[in-house]
Amino acid sequence: MRSPEIDAILADINRIILGKERPIRQALACLLARGHLLIEDLPGVGKTTLAHVLARVLGLDFQRIQFTSDMLPADILGVSIFDRASGTFHFHPGPIFTQVVLADEINRATPRAQSALLEAMEERQVTTEGQTRLLPEPFFVIATQNPAYQIGTFPLPESQLDRFLFRIELGYPDPAAERELLAGADRRQMLAELVPRIQPAQLLAFQRQVRAVHASPALIDYVQALVRHTRTSPEWQAGLSPRAGLALLAAARAWAMLDGRDHVLPEDVQAVLPAVISHRLRPHDDAGKVGSGVTATRLIEVVPLP
Amino acid sequence: MARLDRPVSRRQSSWLLAAALASSLPLAAHMPLWLVIATGAAFAWRALLSWRQYRLPPRGLPPVMAIAGSIGVFIEYHTILGRTPGIALLLIFLGLKLLELRSARDAMAIVLLCFFLVLGQFLFSQTIPMALQAAFALIVTTAALLAANDDRPPIRAQLTRAGILLAQAVPLMLLLFLLFPRIEGPLWGLPEDRRSATSGLSDSMAPGSIAQVSQSDAVVFRALFKHPENIPPQAQLYWRGPVMPAFDGRVWRVTQTRAAYAAPPWPARGPATDYELTLEAHGKFWLFALELPALLPADSGLTADYQLLSRQPVRNRMRFEQRALLLASAGREEAPALLREALALPQGGNPRIRAVAEGWRRQHGNDTAAILVAAKEFFNRQLLIYTLNPPLLGKDSVDEFLFDSKRGFCEHFASAFTFALRAAGVPARVVAGYQGGEVNPLDGYLVVRQYDAHAWSEVWLAGQGWVRVDPTAIAAPSRINENVMAALPAGEPLPFLARNDLAWLRELRHRLDAVSNGWNQWVLGYNPQRQRDFLTRLGLDSPDWRSMIAVLAIFSGITLLALTFWILRSRQRSDPALLLWRRFARKLARCGIVWQPWQGPLDFASRAAEKLPGRAAEIREIAHDYAALRYAAKPHESSLLRLKTRIASFKP
Repeated sequence: MRSPEIDAILADINRIILGKERPIRQALACLLARGHLLIEDLPGVGKTTLAHVLARVLGLDFQRIQFTSDMLPADILGVSIFDRASGTFHFHPGPIFTQVVLADEINRATPRAQSALLEAMEERQVTTEGQTRLLPEPFFVIATQNPAYQIGTFPLPESQLDRFLFRIELGYPDPAAERELLAGADRRQMLAELVPRIQPAQLLAFQRQVRAVHASPALIDYVQALVRHTRTSPEWQAGLSPRAGLALLAAARAWAMLDGRDHVLPEDVQAVLPAVISHRLRPHDDAGKVGSGVTATRLIEVVPLP
Repeated sequence: MARLDRPVSRRQSSWLLAAALASSLPLAAHMPLWLVIATGAAFAWRALLSWRQYRLPPRGLPPVMAIAGSIGVFIEYHTILGRTPGIALLLIFLGLKLLELRSARDAMAIVLLCFFLVLGQFLFSQTIPMALQAAFALIVTTAALLAANDDRPPIRAQLTRAGILLAQAVPLMLLLFLLFPRIEGPLWGLPEDRRSATSGLSDSMAPGSIAQVSQSDAVVFRALFKHPENIPPQAQLYWRGPVMPAFDGRVWRVTQTRAAYAAPPWPARGPATDYELTLEAHGKFWLFALELPALLPADSGLTADYQLLSRQPVRNRMRFEQRALLLASAGREEAPALLREALALPQGGNPRIRAVAEGWRRQHGNDTAAILVAAKEFFNRQLLIYTLNPPLLGKDSVDEFLFDSKRGFCEHFASAFTFALRAAGVPARVVAGYQGGEVNPLDGYLVVRQYDAHAWSEVWLAGQGWVRVDPTAIAAPSRINENVMAALPAGEPLPFLARNDLAWLRELRHRLDAVSNGWNQWVLGYNPQRQRDFLTRLGLDSPDWRSMIAVLAIFSGITLLALTFWILRSRQRSDPALLLWRRFARKLARCGIVWQPWQGPLDFASRAAEKLPGRAAEIREIAHDYAALRYAAKPHESSLLRLKTRIASFKP
């Protein structure tokens, strides 16, 4: 059965961000699967709020990095400054040394700054001036990309996109949710009143629990069949990588855990599939660009359960 | 599987066009001009459509054109059935299908049409170049089929893949070629690859007719001697064909066309030479054989003057075993009617040779052997010249040849010699056929070509019967001991291939002929008899087509059983819970709730529960049980039993 803490966490977030149960659940699953999240959406739909609320209810510290084109890696990772008093260099850690990092408008930064962040995300450690420093645990990056204004941006290449476990879209709230938002209390105020539901240690325990969720041979067959189909079908330019297969399974485990199960069902795989594959597969026929949901639905409906 | 209604890309349509071209071009030679132009126009239109991205013709146009084309074929052939009209229709449909090429479904239809047209090529011709062309067309068409499913790989990769696929099919092809029961006689009219059908010996001989035949280098037949060291010397290689006893002063004619003997009327004694003869189709009845044949092939007979005749005209290449009795003689007790016929001469004409012959008769009386010697001496004295270009002869052709022009080809010699002996009262007749042949050192076959055509005389001597006398040998011994080329003066126009002064040409000719003979013997000539021989060598005793079908059926039955077993085994390996779940899904399908094979159990359960609210709880329980059994870490042993009873008692 689902643990009461997780119910409480989801309830808290849903109270502040209205009408977005699925993206919120996906974000939490992404965090529990120890992945990073890429949100691609317009400004003002609640990306920052989501990151903030997540950090708050999970009892994690939170930093936001606004990416700009003149940003340097040191602005993210930190820098050593000569301390006149002690006569030594003293490392000032950058904003990356935070448990929840919101990398806002990541595609505005130069590839150099982007890769500083992405490498840190992958390695979960930072090496500067010959010294390796571990990032905090848990460590969770939520990056946002603005799809509308592409002038003067550096879109992330596919190899970098692969570092994100999920790519999701928030979208506009539906009318009922929007009305409640407009009529209701100030979200900033509500956010400030939030209390952490769990401690970071508890979150790490949840993450361990996700890794222990059972994936039966039949289910692994299914994941393999999905991946294999993307590689042989002419619909996409290239198939899913082994890393994508691992990501799919990890995400499905987290989804099952959020559902309170100790084993993964095909439904879990299908639920996380759109968010896992949409930034990893490029349709072969670029002209007729289809939504990520259509691609995933098509994939689901042609691969039978083994 | 890829969907059939997905659109066809530009690359794919180019592939299909290439396949259509490769498979239909060789057929153009057999089609009427209007059809070639119409189909070519459709192909060109398709090319424009793909490369310039024009719009397809309106949907109604191709059906209308298909009907018009079918009417055209009917007007051309007065039928739409049969080989040529059928292929013509397919060509029209292929052209039109290219014009309505929209989706993968149309692409499949085009690929299938192309495969069929490749097969159709063999209904017209079965030569080696044709087979190579068909192999090429097969590869292109298979590549087009691959491209229809995935057009990303480059051209070379597609062709390579197609080649590999086809190579994988070769063992099966060979197996079916060797083992599939052969049926005697073709199912429908098979191609006539006979170049020589028009030229060749006929049933009459006038001055110049054999010289004309010898202008061709077409193969007449090939003989394979059982004992290669026993090939008789060139001077004994007389391949007997039409026998012509009737003479009207200019033309010698065949008179006997009916089989008189069902077995050779001479004893099978003396040295024998065994060989196998492969006769090319020549459209006539003669089965050429070395004099004198000891065997009668199936469906053949001997006429009273010993022509070996097939019961049917030789329209397909045929092969028969034969044994030659080189020293045998025949007809010691000849029927008087035949002897009278062999003495008959036209009234008047050729007075000079008649006078000479009268002299022989006065001198030797009834001693026919002595008259023959005198005649040979006379021919020797006349210093006749053997040439392909004799001057034209007038009414008294024999006299003019012997006394005036003194130049002639073998038919002049045979005609004059036979005439002279008849005038002297000795029965004689003209025999036509082939003389000599050339052994191909590469495969050991003795090849006889049209330029080996020859005519000689046959003389009846009391007490000896019919004796072969070759008057050409008197004037030009090298014709008989070597070949035409050696006997003719330099500069005579002979077929290029007959020239043997060019060593490289000779070598090349041998090579080409060995390849083409191998193809004929082993591919085209793989008939029921060859198949029987092959199977007997494999250890199957006297297989007939029934037992062969039985063997094939047993083989395929075993293969099918093995496959079924393999599939069933993999099915049995599948989870018992899954089998129960399928049963459950079948029960629900009966009331319209269909389980899609990609649907997860809980997903399906909630959908089914919506449609059957009364049984929602039961459905959910079953789905949960199944999901736990199939996907959970350690399901309870008892839960499978519980699922089983639940599903068994479930009634939607």
